Amino acid sequence: MEREHFSKKYDEELNEIREKLLEMGGKVEVMIANAMKALVERDSELAEKTIKFDHVINHLEVEIDEKCLQVLAKRQPAARDLRFITLALKIVTDLERIGDQCRNIAMRARELNEEPPLKPYIDLPRMAGAASVMVKEALDAFVRGDDTLAIKVCKDDQQVDDLNEQIQRELLTFMMGDPATISRAMKVNHIAKCLERIADHATNVAEMVIFMVKGKDIRHTTMA
Amino acid sequence: MNTKVKIEDLNVYFGQNHAVKEVTLGIPDNTVTAIIGPSGCGKSTVLRSINRMHDLVPAARVTGKILLDGADIYGKNVDPVSIRRKVGMVFQKPNPFPAMSIHDNVIAGYKLNGRVNRAEADEIVESSLKRVALWDEVKDRLKHNAMDLSGGQQQRLCIARTIAVKPEVILMDEPASALDPISTLKIEELIEELKEKYTIIIVTHNMQQAARVSDYTAFFYLGELIECGETKKIFTTPEIKQTEDYITGRFG
Repeated sequence: MEREHFSKKYDEELNEIREKLLEMGGKVEVMIANAMKALVERDSELAEKTIKFDHVINHLEVEIDEKCLQVLAKRQPAARDLRFITLALKIVTDLERIGDQCRNIAMRARELNEEPPLKPYIDLPRMAGAASVMVKEALDAFVRGDDTLAIKVCKDDQQVDDLNEQIQRELLTFMMGDPATISRAMKVNHIAKCLERIADHATNVAEMVIFMVKGKDIRHTTMA
Repeated sequence: MNTKVKIEDLNVYFGQNHAVKEVTLGIPDNTVTAIIGPSGCGKSTVLRSINRMHDLVPAARVTGKILLDGADIYGKNVDPVSIRRKVGMVFQKPNPFPAMSIHDNVIAGYKLNGRVNRAEADEIVESSLKRVALWDEVKDRLKHNAMDLSGGQQQRLCIARTIAVKPEVILMDEPASALDPISTLKIEELIEELKEKYTIIIVTHNMQQAARVSDYTAFFYLGELIECGETKKIFTTPEIKQTEDYITGRFG
């Protein structure tokens, strides 16, 4: 069990940041789900809502950054607390970018919904599901300080990368078979790329969690 | 890196009180080592052992070795005065000699070596005051009483007095805790410059100060050395939970 600071207010400030990050993570997960639902169910209204929702995520980013700066200025955190705050500042950027990717997916979905369906989406929702689980688990690992879970997230990234490659190959066969599909296939390809980026952001968060817990930087190493 | 001061199995007792327990610690040459820990953890006691200040306290007993360049300062036939010449000390409250001028304060320690001619004295006063960045502020009033200076200036004067003796090691016991923030920063800046020529050991309650000025940090608790390592490591990823709890403000 984590010991408390002498200053209760300090503990509160750190907890507030932790909770805000979780709230942001939860909202980002909903965004992934909605963007994909808008695509699969051809729901342009939901796509529109998802695009607009991005500003909520952006706002949270600004709010959390502000809270982190306050703690840095007031408390001069050290060791574990310092790693937590610097990590929060970075995680917030990754979460914000996941929001941007969801917005991109929703925009492509809105465009695709204007045209006849290219093909039934099978691998894309699987990819989105995997990426979403990664985001959730990366944040769980962050909140619980669970480096084992963080390592799992890093490893799961491969699965998403594999799905992305598979989708690209499949789309190539469509495009080669009928040039009329190129425009739509490019958009679907873009969505796959967005999901792949979302998984990368989750991996970034997980790597940082390992740093927070272990004090060991595993970024840009073979393990990650 | 060369070890300037090596503390081996140091124990200090004040009567029945076992204040410092089995401390072993190496201090590299030309570095700043900070000693941190809560009140009563033995940090000042360790510092004072390094220039045999406990010799002056009747109830104090010191066991173990403190090697300065490999020679035990507690060895037989070692004159404590010669040790204090090599190991200077700066205290928490600036303590210039109250009845002396600025000039005479700087040269006071050096004069104990024997007679000093005027030109030599002037040169030592000037170089020492320049070294502590006080020269420009006082060069026109060297004959004024040292007590006319501000607290921060007095502390820099005391450091000038310490280095005038040409020590090898400077011990600082909370040298900035009685000073305002700007004077504190000046002292910290000075410490950074002084380490080029001297080995500095500083006791401080201000953890940010330890983080700012030191290359190595030693954390003491209840008379024991808990952890010692590079400052950048101690303040980001300490090995020992107690250290972490202390520097993050969780110490119970």
